[in-house]
Amino acid sequence: MGVYNRILKKSLWVFHMSASPCNNCDIEVLDLLTPGYDLERFGIKLVGSIRHADVLLITGMGGCKISERVVRLYNQAPKPVFVVAVGTCPIGGATFKDSYSRCGPLDKLIPVNLYIPGCPPKPEAMIEGLLKLLGRLD
Amino acid sequence: MSEDFNLPVGPFHPLLEEAEYFKITLDGEKVKEIEMETGWMHRAIEKLSESNTFDQTIFLVERICGICSASHPFACVNALEDIGNVEIPLRARYIRSLIGEMERIHSHLLWLGLAGHFIGYDTLWMWAWKYREPILEVIELITGNRNHYGVFRIGGVRKDYDISLNTRVNEVMDMLEKKLSMVAKAAMDDPVLKSRLCGVGILTKEDAINYCATGPTARASGVAIDVRKDEPYAAYDLLDFDIIVREEGDVFAKTVVRILEMLESIKMVRQIIERLRKISGPIYNDVAEIPAGEGIGRHEAPRGEVFHYIRSDGSNRPIRHKIRAPSYVNIPTYEVSCPGMNLSDVMITLASVDPCYCCTERSVKLFDSKGTEIAQNLLELSQRKTDRLIDELGESELWKLL
Ligand code: SF4
Repeated sequence: MGVYNRILKKSLWVFHMSASPCNNCDIEVLDLLTPGYDLERFGIKLVGSIRHADVLLITGMGGCKISERVVRLYNQAPKPVFVVAVGTCPIGGATFKDSYSRCGPLDKLIPVNLYIPGCPPKPEAMIEGLLKLLGRLD
Repeated sequence: MSEDFNLPVGPFHPLLEEAEYFKITLDGEKVKEIEMETGWMHRAIEKLSESNTFDQTIFLVERICGICSASHPFACVNALEDIGNVEIPLRARYIRSLIGEMERIHSHLLWLGLAGHFIGYDTLWMWAWKYREPILEVIELITGNRNHYGVFRIGGVRKDYDISLNTRVNEVMDMLEKKLSMVAKAAMDDPVLKSRLCGVGILTKEDAINYCATGPTARASGVAIDVRKDEPYAAYDLLDFDIIVREEGDVFAKTVVRILEMLESIKMVRQIIERLRKISGPIYNDVAEIPAGEGIGRHEAPRGEVFHYIRSDGSNRPIRHKIRAPSYVNIPTYEVSCPGMNLSDVMITLASVDPCYCCTERSVKLFDSKGTEIAQNLLELSQRKTDRLIDELGESELWKLL
C-alpha cells in the first residue's frame, strides 16, 4: 500500500462518532479543530460522512442501543479504515464498567487500531496519538 | 395540498457531540411537528450509583456530562450534606462557587461558538472557542484537570485554591470581559445575526411555565428563576450578582441572556478570588458517616436547575438516587417553539436551549412541491440562509470587528 499510504498521510479524514460517552471526550475532539490546537495543519479534518472517512474515531462506553450502529457504520466505511478509540470509556468502560446497558469494550465489536486513554485525554495526547497513526503509515 | 414529509435527523452528526434522533414532519418547508427519540446515551447512572459508595458516586455523577462536570457533583454533595446536615467551611463554600462560575463561563462560550457554527458564522465559533481555551487553562491550574475537576467531596472540597493564581485569573477575566463586550456589541448590532435570530423559535412565558423550562431558556422567556438567588447554597448568598431576564423568548434573547450571564459570572469570580485572600481555615469538615434519611440537592447549572435526590439507609451506599438534568425539561419545549418555522431555522432553535446533545443531519434530499431540490442537509440549509442574508445586507460590522 505504498502509494496509497503516502497520499493518505497528507490528508487523513476523520469521522467522529459518539457511542454513549459523557460528552467530554467529544468536546475535546472538537477543541482540536479550534485555533488553540488547530489539527488541520496536519491535514487531518472531520468529515460528515463515514463514506468519506479514513479514520473512524469513537468515544464512549458503547451502550447496547448504539453498539449495533457502531458495527453498521464500521461495515459501511470504505476499507482500509483505521479505528481510533478515544478515552477510557471505549477501552475499559471508565466509571460505567458495570452498567447494564454496556455492550463494549469497543474491541469486542470492531477491530481497533489505536487507543488513546485518559478521562478525558488531553488534546495534546490526542494529537500525539493521531501523529503516531500517521507515523505508522510510513 | 402538499404531502407531509418525514425528515429523519440523526442519530449521528458529523461534527458534534452526542447522538440523538429527531423526526421532523414537514409541510413543504414548514415544520409541522417534531418528535424526538432518546436513549442512545443511556448509561444507567442511577442504577450504577446504587452499587457505588457515596464517595464514588460523586465521581460517577461527574461523568454524566462532560460540560457540566461541576454541576452534577455540586448538586450531589448538596443532597448528601442535606441528609447529614453537614456544615461546610466558608473557604470551601467560596471555592465551590468559584468552580461553578468558571464552568458557567466556559459552557456558555462553548454554546456561543456552536450557535455561531449552526447559522454559518464559523468565525464566531473559532473565536468563542479560542477565548474558552484560557478559561480551561485557569481551571486546570486551580483543579488539576481541564474538565472533570474532581474537587467536590462531602463536607467541602478536595483541593485548595492557591492565592498566587490570582494574577493569572484576573488577567484572563480582564481579557475575557473585553472580548465578550466586543462580541456582545457586535452581535447585538449585527443586522444579519438579528434577522437570523430575532423572532425565531419563540417560547412564550406561558409555554415556558407549562413545560417547566429552567435556566437561560426560562429566563429568556421572562421567567425569573435561578436557584442561586431563590435558594442560595455554597457562597451565593454572600456574592453580589444579578440574574438576567429577557421577555422576548426568541433565540436572540437566549443569546443575550447567556452573554450577559457570562459577564455576571466574571464579576462573581473577581469577588470570590478577592475574598479568598482574607479567608483562611480548613477546606473540608470530616464527615464520619451519612445517616439514614433522604435529601435533595440543587444547583444552577449553565443550562438550568440540576436536581438530585438521594435516599440512604445508613449504609455507605445510596439506596435510591434520582437525577433530573436541565436539558431533560428544556428539550421538550421544541414541541412548541419549532412548529410553523422554516426548516432552515430548526437547527438554531434546537441548539438554542443548549441541549446536552447535538442534533444531526442525514443525507436526505428534500424536494419542494415542484420537484426542485431544496437541500441535502439541515446544517447546510441553515448556513446558506445566512450567506443569503449577508449578500442582501452587505458585509456586516461583525466581520470588521472580529
Ligand atoms: S473517557 Fe471519561 S471523559 Fe471520555 S467519555 Fe468516557 S467518561 Fe467521559
